[in-house]
Amino acid sequence: MKKKRRYSKLHTSGVNPQRFSKGQIKFYIYIIPIAAFMILPIIFITMNAFKPIDEIFAYPPRFFVKTPTFDNFKQLFSVSSETNIPASRYLFNSIITTIAVMVTTLLLSSAAGYILSKKEFKLKKTLLTINNIALMFVAISVAIPRYFVIVYSGLQDNILANIAPLLAMPVGLFLVKQFIDQIPNALVEAAVIDGANDYKILTKLIIPLIKPALATVAILAFQISWNNTEASTLYINQETLKTFAFYMSSLQNKTGNLIAGQGIAAVATLIMFLPNLILFIILQSQVMNTMAHSGLK
Amino acid sequence: MKRLFEKHSIAILLFPYILLFSLFIIIPVIAAIFLSFTDFNTLEIPAFQGIDNYIRLFTNDDVFMQHVVPNTIIYAITVGVGGYILSFFLAWTLSQLTKVPRMILAVIIYSPSLTGGVLLSTVWRVVFNGDKSGYLNYFLLQLGIIEQPVLWLQSDKYLLIIMIIVTLWSSMGIGFLAILAGIMNVNEELYEAARIDGVKNRFQEVIHVTIPAAKPQLLFGAVMSIVNTFSASGVGVALSGTNPTPNYAGQLIVTHIEDYGFIRYEMGYAAAVSVILLIIIQMASVGANKLFGSKDE
Repeated sequence: MKKKRRYSKLHTSGVNPQRFSKGQIKFYIYIIPIAAFMILPIIFITMNAFKPIDEIFAYPPRFFVKTPTFDNFKQLFSVSSETNIPASRYLFNSIITTIAVMVTTLLLSSAAGYILSKKEFKLKKTLLTINNIALMFVAISVAIPRYFVIVYSGLQDNILANIAPLLAMPVGLFLVKQFIDQIPNALVEAAVIDGANDYKILTKLIIPLIKPALATVAILAFQISWNNTEASTLYINQETLKTFAFYMSSLQNKTGNLIAGQGIAAVATLIMFLPNLILFIILQSQVMNTMAHSGLK
Repeated sequence: MKRLFEKHSIAILLFPYILLFSLFIIIPVIAAIFLSFTDFNTLEIPAFQGIDNYIRLFTNDDVFMQHVVPNTIIYAITVGVGGYILSFFLAWTLSQLTKVPRMILAVIIYSPSLTGGVLLSTVWRVVFNGDKSGYLNYFLLQLGIIEQPVLWLQSDKYLLIIMIIVTLWSSMGIGFLAILAGIMNVNEELYEAARIDGVKNRFQEVIHVTIPAAKPQLLFGAVMSIVNTFSASGVGVALSGTNPTPNYAGQLIVTHIEDYGFIRYEMGYAAAVSVILLIIIQMASVGANKLFGSKDE
């Protein structure tokens, strides 16, 4: 016990302290204002979502909402019925698209991750290198040729155009593969001796062991798909197949800088933002666990 | 049949990922390179014209040389490099705190990154609204700093700065989490060994212990930071609501591509700009690799 105390005096790094000490105050002095700056715009938008129209127009502008209402929510859904397509249709498209992207990305990444981590074959090194370069891939830079791929593969005006371009996710494969690397080869070999084939090893052994990585990839896939407007703007002309993110951006163009539109835009923003946040809060310990293995060499 | 299925499990499990990866990442990149040597307006067949697009880009495109390049350099250095240093600093600070406040602050700092794309602009338009009831205008009017409300988002003086602030705000994403996890996982014994070797204060510790030990996560964070910087560069258009941005004040390479590609339909020329962008991103990643990569592997 004594020895331990001596060490803890030596322990100056201060990483992950067990309890609060005065020495930590200096960090709070600057981290709290920064955190406030980070969260303030999100509080603004939440307040605006519940403000009745006269409070949005009020001068001087009020930060807090005085008489919260659901008017903006009702209005969001009535604005859209003028164009004959209800906002709920866009929301439905977004939900279907996002679920499809999440499930498929998880399957693809774990299948490819397992092979690239535990199997030996000729092209393995090349494939890993290509995928690592593709971590840097910025989809928006090749939006034009992607558009032609969509046109020539006949996906234009198909709900799949929302989904297919997002499925191969280099970061997802990378994180899953790094995580599978942590699983001892002996475990896989033992399963082989027991007569399991690769499909069985993947579904019964690997996938249950890499849940934290899958949770992380699920969050990333959700984020990419849920916020995606590229497909609806460029690849889909049919209004009934477009997503809520697109609907939101068009709403914004319609209402422009007008204050009157702010309440509605705020509601739409909340609908977009909250699922992201809730998902992250639920899965955050898994994400941190995965991130510890995210190192690039 | 079943045996064939088992025998080729490597190919079968890898195939879906590779197919989609090729379709939406590799082929578009190759197509962009090909199109960049042509004159293509989407209606007629691309006409080969050698390096004309590149010559025009560097010698004859005033907007590119006078606005896009300087803007992109300023933006990339402040958002990419500055944002990266900031995310390391914030992650290190959080690592010095006890568990519960660390978790809460990490979620708060991370949450703006969930607003990517469309959301970002609705959130910030409330703050930067151009009439006197916009929060920032009201605040500055009250303090007597300005006499007339400022049209922040339509002003060529302020747009780039606002873009930088807004992107920095939303840039503490997955890279930030990776760095945080990297710092949290540095072996405590390394700090003790460093003390014995004469490391005296926390600053020296960060330089001599934390950074070398967390290098792999730092490299991953750097890669994510590069991707985030360029992916988010449509923010100027989203904030100001126009492409080109007012007086080209917020014009970056990505918005230049969209301007030529999807507004003027000069696809060959836009593709040449895309190729330049891909080269810049690759160079940035080579730089990051030089800084943080390990030489032994």
